[in-house]
Amino acid sequence: MSDKKEQKKNWPLWEVFVRSKNGLEHRHFGSLHAADAAMALENARDVYTRRNEGVSIWVVESKHITASNPEHNGELFEPANDKVYRHPTFYDLPDEVKHM
Amino acid sequence: MSEKEIKNLEEIFDQKIARDEKIEPKDWMPEKYRQTHIRQMSQHAHSEIVGMLPEGNWISRAPSLRRKVALLAKVQDEAGHGLYLYSATETLGVSREELYEQLHSGKAKYSSIFNYPTVTWADIGAIGWLVDGAAIINQVPLCNTSFGPYARAMVRVCKEESFHQRQGYEIMLTLSKGTKAQKEMAQDALNRWWWPSLMMFGPTDDKSTHTAQSMKWKLKRKTNDELRQQFIDQTVPQAEILGLSIPDKDLKWNEERKSYDFGEINWDEFWQVVKGHGPCNRERLQTRVNAWENGAWVRDAAMAYAEKNAERKIKKAV
Repeated sequence: MSDKKEQKKNWPLWEVFVRSKNGLEHRHFGSLHAADAAMALENARDVYTRRNEGVSIWVVESKHITASNPEHNGELFEPANDKVYRHPTFYDLPDEVKHM
Repeated sequence: MSEKEIKNLEEIFDQKIARDEKIEPKDWMPEKYRQTHIRQMSQHAHSEIVGMLPEGNWISRAPSLRRKVALLAKVQDEAGHGLYLYSATETLGVSREELYEQLHSGKAKYSSIFNYPTVTWADIGAIGWLVDGAAIINQVPLCNTSFGPYARAMVRVCKEESFHQRQGYEIMLTLSKGTKAQKEMAQDALNRWWWPSLMMFGPTDDKSTHTAQSMKWKLKRKTNDELRQQFIDQTVPQAEILGLSIPDKDLKWNEERKSYDFGEINWDEFWQVVKGHGPCNRERLQTRVNAWENGAWVRDAAMAYAEKNAERKIKKAV
């Protein structure tokens, strides 16, 4: 292989969120590399919406996302498990009561 | 972690996959699962990227504007598919640069089919019909594979792929209804692409080393031979509609199996091409490396511009 000039800096990674139509939320579509936010938007248009998949695009640099660790799912989500009183079925009502 | 703990985690992991639960990037996974996925997904991405080259060869010479816009859109889709797959691979903790480096140094493979030349316009028809047809059969089961980002990328890829095959078949249909010379050109393309397309499903089951593990991880749902048979059975009637003949004298309907019997595949040729001795291996890789290296100044300039803009914004704010 020919000797390569070391590239100065690689384009950062961006996460792409697309609203497929008004009334729906933006959904994560994937990621891509771009030098800045404007280019990330343009690239997202070309990569993820070639067939009218969206009416709105959000991009955010991946490094700004803080994610929970699935290994800590126990501690993180456990408090919800024993709070059955948050659900309507927890409450005993006679069958005669309608519309509730 | 002790060996016992890892074994325990592996058992939980296997059960998750068996229950059809997806594995997401930050979940614990066996190192072999990670490595196998990096290898397969990046090979898949590389194939999409290198796959643009044989077809790109005909964009400027497409016979009509209709054909040209369709071919441009198809090649652009392939770039898109490569990008979906690269970004899905990156979720496993490997960088885009590493992946490119593996491709450019020849360490990573891509589908051997793209090491064959596109010498006539009919080759564009044959690629869409046969190569994309074979790719669809390989890819559809991957929409349900166990690794979430791969499965999601494949859903998108498969949605877009059917236009590719139809545009190819339409080219073949037009040529085979055309003049004698056009029909001969279509037949010649079929003759050259048929066997390499059958090779796209990989070695026969008794020679394939990865099948058992890949089945367990749902990287494969059917074996190479089953998929190859499926391709042949659905493609032969399509060739009949075109009035073209499949270049295999042993091809014969087997009433008992309700499938076509077919001739011996030239596996020597397959391995030669895999090892880098196909008609276009060097040219394809060189074109790809040149594109990357010649584009370096553009990438650097874009980065410099972005940094300068960011600095300006800060100064303004101060």
